[in-house]
Amino acid sequence: MLATAPLKATCLNAIHRSANAKMVDFGGWDMPVQYTSLVEEHLAVRRSVGVFDVSHMGEIDITGPEALRLTDYVTTNAAGRLKTGQIQYSGLLYEHGGFVDDVLVHKVADDHYFLCVNASNQEKDFAHIREQNHFDAEVRLSSDDYAQIAVQGPTARATLQKLTPVDLSAIRYYWFTDASVSGTPARIACTGYTGENGYEIYIDPAEAPRLWHEILEAGQEFGIKQCGLGARNTLRLEAKMALYGHEIHASITPWEADLGWIVKLDKGDFVGRAALAKQKERGVQRRLIGFEMCGRGIGRDGYEVLVGGAPAGWVTSGSPAPALNKNIGLCYLPVAGATVGRAIEIVIRSQPVAAVTVETPFYKRAK
Amino acid sequence: MYPENYRYTKEHEWVHVEGDTGTIGITDHAQHELGDIVYVDFKYGRETLKPGAHVDQGKTIGSVESVKAVSDIYSPVSGDIVDINHSLADAPEKLNEDPHGDAWLVKIRLSDPGEIANLLSAADYQTYIGAEK
Repeated sequence: MLATAPLKATCLNAIHRSANAKMVDFGGWDMPVQYTSLVEEHLAVRRSVGVFDVSHMGEIDITGPEALRLTDYVTTNAAGRLKTGQIQYSGLLYEHGGFVDDVLVHKVADDHYFLCVNASNQEKDFAHIREQNHFDAEVRLSSDDYAQIAVQGPTARATLQKLTPVDLSAIRYYWFTDASVSGTPARIACTGYTGENGYEIYIDPAEAPRLWHEILEAGQEFGIKQCGLGARNTLRLEAKMALYGHEIHASITPWEADLGWIVKLDKGDFVGRAALAKQKERGVQRRLIGFEMCGRGIGRDGYEVLVGGAPAGWVTSGSPAPALNKNIGLCYLPVAGATVGRAIEIVIRSQPVAAVTVETPFYKRAK
Repeated sequence: MYPENYRYTKEHEWVHVEGDTGTIGITDHAQHELGDIVYVDFKYGRETLKPGAHVDQGKTIGSVESVKAVSDIYSPVSGDIVDINHSLADAPEKLNEDPHGDAWLVKIRLSDPGEIANLLSAADYQTYIGAEK
């Protein structure tokens, strides 16, 4: 028999349980997948505001005189272009060019970079970065120091503004500020995983339950909803944001994942650069592309994709799009077939169902 | 919550027997686990399920799909299909709202009423789902 490790719980676990959320094992974490209805939670974020516990996410601090050199060496994007207070989406790669993880790099100071990484990858990421640390820098896994709460949606700002003296309208997209929220030190980042404007707040876990309740109270007039990982997934899919283990993993490179924009080959050497340069020269074989179902059914993760009746690729994520009233998904196809407007079929429970490749993102918020 | 006069399966279906006919559905626990339901499909093997078709106890008679998962429906009893609730095609959300009532799935004329003895009482089913948690 396999020994199963006990599930890890965030500091907000008791709140989720008392709210009667449906809990699931998410990469070893006991997390809420939905509170009332995934669709209602999804639509609350699209129309007004929702709050998510994302405290399971990992945090890594890179500090020291050569913090930038190490950060730049282990990530694909140009960390050197970041200004203090700015955030960058980036990739952590293996030498062969596949993903270790995708990360958000925050520049705290010239000698301090703060990485937000995926929950189930944090130990692996930490070990990987330490292994590459040939610099005068220190790497610390600081996940236990932080709870993370995401407030997302068109009225996220109005909700959170009630709890902080900082002018939130001054924090631009992919920037952050170290300030206070409900009287407690907090890192307020204008980032998210929903396709809406919103904030990700890093805070002392001991203060998180109180903050959660204060956010719910502040958002009450806007109809705020507590949102689970189910809605988080459908929201990110509509916005075509990659999910580790689905669109990206160790056998997928950024070129293939349609994430070429996070690769800066000209910035100097970094882990995976040689493999990426070679693949760019030779050309990629497969590429991520969006699809919409035409026939009845939902093309889900792992389903086979047919082009001209022959097996050609696989679905990485698929679900109904609650804000769009259609069934959408992402899949890998050979580059020649990965063009928009192509008729494909998804094999759903051994039956091919018609679909068509489409432009992404599926959803883009009005500015 | 779980009607006393229904019988239940460990796969979370219920059957309500009146005379020689059983009405079949999924339980409130099942709809809650699945979340927002978007499709109901009636199939026996590769064939679309139709009135008159014979089904065996424990065999798949269709599937229920929610935003996040697909789940097979197993017939709690053997017999011939006499009716299918096609109204669910246009309003699958009824399965979330009234799984033990309006959102029944099929009606079956029982070929072996003795099979009912294999099923769980309301109390046993509630103990079972309590233990599953």
